[in-house]
Amino acid sequence: MGAELKNYLHEQYYFRLRLGFAALAVLSLFALLAFRFSYLQIKQYEHYQTLAENNRISLVPIIPNRGLIIDKNGVILAHNFFVYTLEITPAKIKNLEETITELSQLVEVSSLDRKRFKKFLEQSHSFESIPIRTHLNEIEAARFAVNHYRFPGVEIKSRLFRHYPLGKLGSHMVGYIGRINDKDLENLEKSGSLSNYKGSDHIGKSGLEQFYEKYLHGTTGLQQVEIDADGHAVRVLSSSPPIPGDNIILSADSKLQEIAETAFGDRRGALVAINPKTGEVLSYVSQPTFDPNLFVDGIDADNWKQLNESLDKPLINRPLRGVYPPGSTFKPFVALAGLEAGKRTPPFSIHDPGYYALPGSSHRYRDWKPSGHGTVDIQKAITISCDTFFYGLAMELGIDNLTAFVRHFGFGRKSDFDIKGEIEGLLPTPEWKMRRFKQQWYPGETVIVGIGQGYTLVTPLQLAQATAILANNGVAMRPHLVTQIQNTLSGKNQIIAPVVQDKIELNPGNVEIVKHGMTDVTLPGGTAASVGANAGYAIAAKTGTAQVIGIKQNEKYNEHNIDERHRDHALFIAYAPAEDPKIALAVIVENGGHGGSAAGPIARKVMDYYLLGKLPTAEPVKADTKLPKNTNGTATIPEEELHD
Amino acid sequence: MISRLLHHLVKHIDAFLMVCLFFALLIGLFVLYSASGQNIERVYAQCINMIVALSVMWVVANISPQKLERVALLLYVVGVLLLIAVALFGSISHGARRWLNIGFTQIQPSELMRIAMPMMLAWYFSTREGKPSAANFIIGGVLLAIPIALITKQPDLGTALLIASSGFYVLFLAGLSWRFLLGASVSLLALMPVFWSLLHDYQRKRIEILFDPTQDPLGAGYHTIQAIIAIGSGGTAGKGWLNGTQTQLDFLPERTTDFIFAVFSEEFGFLGNMLLLVLFSLIIMRGLMIASQAQSTFSRLLAGSITLNFFSYAFVNMGMVSGILPVVGVPLPLISYGGTSMVTLCLGFGILMSIHTHKKLVAT
Repeated sequence: MGAELKNYLHEQYYFRLRLGFAALAVLSLFALLAFRFSYLQIKQYEHYQTLAENNRISLVPIIPNRGLIIDKNGVILAHNFFVYTLEITPAKIKNLEETITELSQLVEVSSLDRKRFKKFLEQSHSFESIPIRTHLNEIEAARFAVNHYRFPGVEIKSRLFRHYPLGKLGSHMVGYIGRINDKDLENLEKSGSLSNYKGSDHIGKSGLEQFYEKYLHGTTGLQQVEIDADGHAVRVLSSSPPIPGDNIILSADSKLQEIAETAFGDRRGALVAINPKTGEVLSYVSQPTFDPNLFVDGIDADNWKQLNESLDKPLINRPLRGVYPPGSTFKPFVALAGLEAGKRTPPFSIHDPGYYALPGSSHRYRDWKPSGHGTVDIQKAITISCDTFFYGLAMELGIDNLTAFVRHFGFGRKSDFDIKGEIEGLLPTPEWKMRRFKQQWYPGETVIVGIGQGYTLVTPLQLAQATAILANNGVAMRPHLVTQIQNTLSGKNQIIAPVVQDKIELNPGNVEIVKHGMTDVTLPGGTAASVGANAGYAIAAKTGTAQVIGIKQNEKYNEHNIDERHRDHALFIAYAPAEDPKIALAVIVENGGHGGSAAGPIARKVMDYYLLGKLPTAEPVKADTKLPKNTNGTATIPEEELHD
Repeated sequence: MISRLLHHLVKHIDAFLMVCLFFALLIGLFVLYSASGQNIERVYAQCINMIVALSVMWVVANISPQKLERVALLLYVVGVLLLIAVALFGSISHGARRWLNIGFTQIQPSELMRIAMPMMLAWYFSTREGKPSAANFIIGGVLLAIPIALITKQPDLGTALLIASSGFYVLFLAGLSWRFLLGASVSLLALMPVFWSLLHDYQRKRIEILFDPTQDPLGAGYHTIQAIIAIGSGGTAGKGWLNGTQTQLDFLPERTTDFIFAVFSEEFGFLGNMLLLVLFSLIIMRGLMIASQAQSTFSRLLAGSITLNFFSYAFVNMGMVSGILPVVGVPLPLISYGGTSMVTLCLGFGILMSIHTHKKLVAT
């Protein structure tokens, strides 16, 4: 018993020793856990708190509806609608080609779609969602939805799309929006508006869409959304609604625009019509045009190539960026310079032998009428477009005085127009020539500036603006297309008031002489008598022809012997009614030949409609109200009009 | 009459342990309600599990340790035979062969081994006279190795490790020499690089991720990372019951079972964790006390092993969820949802209570 008990107690002692050791181990390991918890929950609390919040809360931008572009009469030129797009997030896809091939068994994916996708792929980050197909119809969307589980990383999204219901009409004026690229991002960052573009894919790229971007875009709303581990929104924590973009209302009228564009036919050129009293641009034509809808979801390579490489250069915004020698349309301004400088005070007149020669030189500057015009005073010089008269006048004025004067009419400088990209044109001076060519100015160069040739280059907008300034007796109004900015929430309109840019000090009598000369242009005996025939209102105008290629001395220009693209440009400026101008315009028909016959009729149709509401009779106007076709060839109907 | 019946009912129940268990189970129900997305059905189901488990506990507590000692060998043999049967005819689910179909239901013999293993070893050492010899320990080691090899093959590494440790606790408490323990640890450490060099690259990668979840944040490491965020963002006092964002928004995986501790930790914070650690410590200390007061070699070895095994479960689970241990499939005892582990656990507590309440008066 004693030994057994001793043995038992001994055994129990050792056992308790081991138990004590185990208890110590248990407590120290629990202490280790406690230390770990204090590290995670107290020391690193803020770190993990942030991580949990980031996990949980996602800021979802709500893209505002883009403002509409509306013409003078309420016709919508640009609006928005929702379309289904099929989008791929490349980072989530193992084999892109395979996935696209499989997708194409569900929804049609054309080779154009693939090309466009590839283009976007190169420009985007792999975690961005890139459209492979846009404008899915309901059936396609449903078909994909059923098979969605097979395509992780592919989503159907409902995106706001811009649509230009009138298609090609006025596309250079309206412009287009396109996907935001790196350069746009840079600009947005510089202007501090990057945060307002969270979630936006598009931005105005040209025309009014670009210029009025900050009004049209609106303010992006923000939703704080609680998300679960799969990224699905569970509930909205807070939300600031987006503020839709403002609508912009134009002074241009789509009907007038249609008449003007139709009048050009398939000829290239430009037309700008301005209300001289306000500077409101009534029509803004650049021919040929293009369909801006092509650019909205990214233009595909084939269409791009076609537009970009076309000899007709449809992408050039001619009224702003096309530069042409003004030709004889320059003459009224030269005439006014002569009058104002006191060089040609009536009843001064010359005898025109059909040419002008500098004193002591045998070089003849020919008149367009080889036999000459006989006795010509300043008014008649305009009416019959006498070159000889203006050669001499330019010489007497001197190049510096001449350019300094006409610069007041907007030549050689930007007009502060509300479309970006305006070109200054060129009013040559001796300093300019020295800078540009390191050459001295020759007197002969002054001579030809008198008839709008030589280095002189103007844009159609400048020509129209100069005409408007003249019509408005020297008061220069800022040319602009947008007259009202409409707040879509309040419905209140901010009127863009006409701005007086300049008031040229002119002698009213001198202005009257020039205007009279121009009015006679459209009367029998004038260079554009046919344009004024049976108008029912008086048109003051000036024709012009600008040489595209040089004609050698003694060589005769023969329109029919010259390649179409080397023919002269036809120019025409006009305002009407002559006694109380409501419209001033400039028309250029590239390689159109003579101004009066090629460009004049276009001007007349525009003025007829604007002043009398008269539709052109010779060619019936086709109403182009059909919806544009999308890239897949199926017509799409706007899902939902967002504005009215 | 009623009081006598009541006395009879509770006479083998240890009050201290019972109160602790009651609190732990209550906490478990509240956490489960939150973790399940406020699914009361799930809570009811767990209540049923608890009732079954506590009944088993009561039954076992009323069985004397001597009777348990007599069935130890039988249980072990049956367990091993069932494990062999699993290896031969077991049904495969989730890539592992763990279940045995016995006609009307499926059983998981490795669960039986959790109790049978320490019982077997405790019985084995209780049959040896005096201080166990080295040969005894070798035989003990072999008895331990057989079921572990079978379970590892299933494969169920987590269970194998925990059963191994429950067996090891018996060996340790039976007096396995310190010299051997030291020698074994040193040689194990020394063999590590050799073992490492034998592994394939992908296997190494897997082990590396096991210890450093940030290497694979969207794959194997995702669970641990989200659990750590849940724990850390709980802060001192927690986000409050039902307010854990990681929990309620599905960021936490397996949050009613193996990762339920992250839910608790997120909603009740550091203070809640401390409370749970204290509660677990009280249970363990009570178990070790019962072991130290136990009268036979069998009962003290078994009580010690069961208690330390409970600790293993708690420590491994909290350690893996808080990112200091690799993720192995171990539930948090008394808290995690699940019937089998609850029953096994309570069976262990029943044994502890049995040992404590069937003491004979011994003259000392």
